[in-house]
Amino acid sequence: MMAKIEGIEVSIAVANAVKLANVDVVSAYPITPQTHIVEHLAHLVADDELDAAYIPVESEHSALSACMGASAVGARSFTATAGQGLELMHEVLFATASMRLPIVMALVNRALSAPISIWGDHSDVMAARDTGWIQIFVENGQEAVDNILCAFRIAEDRRVLIPVMINLDGFHLSHVVEPIYMPEPDKLDGFIPPYKYPFPLDPDKPVTMGGLALPALYAETKKAQDVVLRESKKVIMECWEEFERRFNRRYSPVERYQSEGAKYLLLTMGSYSETAELAVDKMRKEGKNVGLLKLRLWRPFPFEEMRQAVKDAEAVIVLDRALSFGGPGGPVCSELKSAFYNMNKKIKVVGFVGGLGGRDITVEGFEDIINKGIEVSQKGSEQEFEMFGVRE
Amino acid sequence: MAKSKQPKVNKGKRGNKVVKDGNLTWRDIEVGAIVTEPGSASYYQTGDWRSQRPVFDKNKCVKCGLCYIFCPEGCIVQEDDGYFTANLFYCKGCGICARECRPEAITMELEE
Repeated sequence: MMAKIEGIEVSIAVANAVKLANVDVVSAYPITPQTHIVEHLAHLVADDELDAAYIPVESEHSALSACMGASAVGARSFTATAGQGLELMHEVLFATASMRLPIVMALVNRALSAPISIWGDHSDVMAARDTGWIQIFVENGQEAVDNILCAFRIAEDRRVLIPVMINLDGFHLSHVVEPIYMPEPDKLDGFIPPYKYPFPLDPDKPVTMGGLALPALYAETKKAQDVVLRESKKVIMECWEEFERRFNRRYSPVERYQSEGAKYLLLTMGSYSETAELAVDKMRKEGKNVGLLKLRLWRPFPFEEMRQAVKDAEAVIVLDRALSFGGPGGPVCSELKSAFYNMNKKIKVVGFVGGLGGRDITVEGFEDIINKGIEVSQKGSEQEFEMFGVRE
Repeated sequence: MAKSKQPKVNKGKRGNKVVKDGNLTWRDIEVGAIVTEPGSASYYQTGDWRSQRPVFDKNKCVKCGLCYIFCPEGCIVQEDDGYFTANLFYCKGCGICARECRPEAITMELEE
């Protein structure tokens, strides 16, 4: 039987995917910039369609804290937030990752105040880059649904036990209706094994979580955490392979589009990649030697796959949707520069920052970015990066 | 006061074993740095943070156990003769026991 395809708002589809994952606890703070994800989950719980505890709290800091407690007793836990909400969770993000509590979060990427903007960009997640979470980007509703399901399996794997953030663009994904295949429950059977935390809170076997580490021990705990996050890439890829076997949709850390033999590669993340594909198609038809890379796995950063993907290229042109004020431009661009610095072959990296606060970049816009990028890679530039499309 | 009604005192049955964090590698760290043994904080030798030590005068002590109750770290122990003393391996020398002791049997003396 063919899987059923339905036209559905992406936020609602994400909530349905969380239901399919048979979550035990959902905690969220229900005010702007929150989305329909948690609103729909609240409906599902209230209507007895999902047997879970729904904990409404007084802030995002508390939402993630409630998930921490739930995860620590061995309950499968989910939260969703966006923009400012993530920043209010900031402190707890570190604690969840370092206490190895495998919470899954749908992060609807939005710009940060001030001025107030509820529209999309990647400023929120980039400020949470170093919190120790696994961070995955999706470019459409189908990828959001699929990766929410994968997130539970990855996070709760005994070899991982790290929280996972699925990043989907605010409005461009969260609020649009797309055609989506909902995975059939029978095909999903066994894909997400039962969650077993090795030391759940239990009065009969007391443990201390998040205790004190003196200077003689702290660094060892951080090294242990970093090693597990790096090694989680293997489990993430295993999960995507198993997903492909079951559902015939393939995911990888760095996805390539028309990149074979391309001299100039554009790199994007999230939903803007679909527009970038059209620009690359058009330029290829015009005989230009360009291709596209889409970075899906942001943490752990896929150094090996990224170096492999660019090995035949001369330059990579990066579109960042976040700004590092007073710094080297966009965080993704900086990351690539460091990843390529010690390679024998010199690969130029040209940075653009654009699409801030929900500003669209059209097909022509991407053509412009690629053409400018090629020019800068050949002639050089005194500037660290260029802000694309800003009126002078 | 009948002995059975006196506060139950932790005699430190496990004794004090010094955990040398310097011996643990990152591979020895439990998942999430979780501590699986209750009360194991007492293995940390926090006694060397101390600048003053509590000294107990048995001639003044009435064995009331207030020092035991007020010690925030639970490092006052009762000896077999009923008198109290501090576990100096763990005691940080805060002086709360001396302040609370009604017959003033505890004095804080500077560590050398």
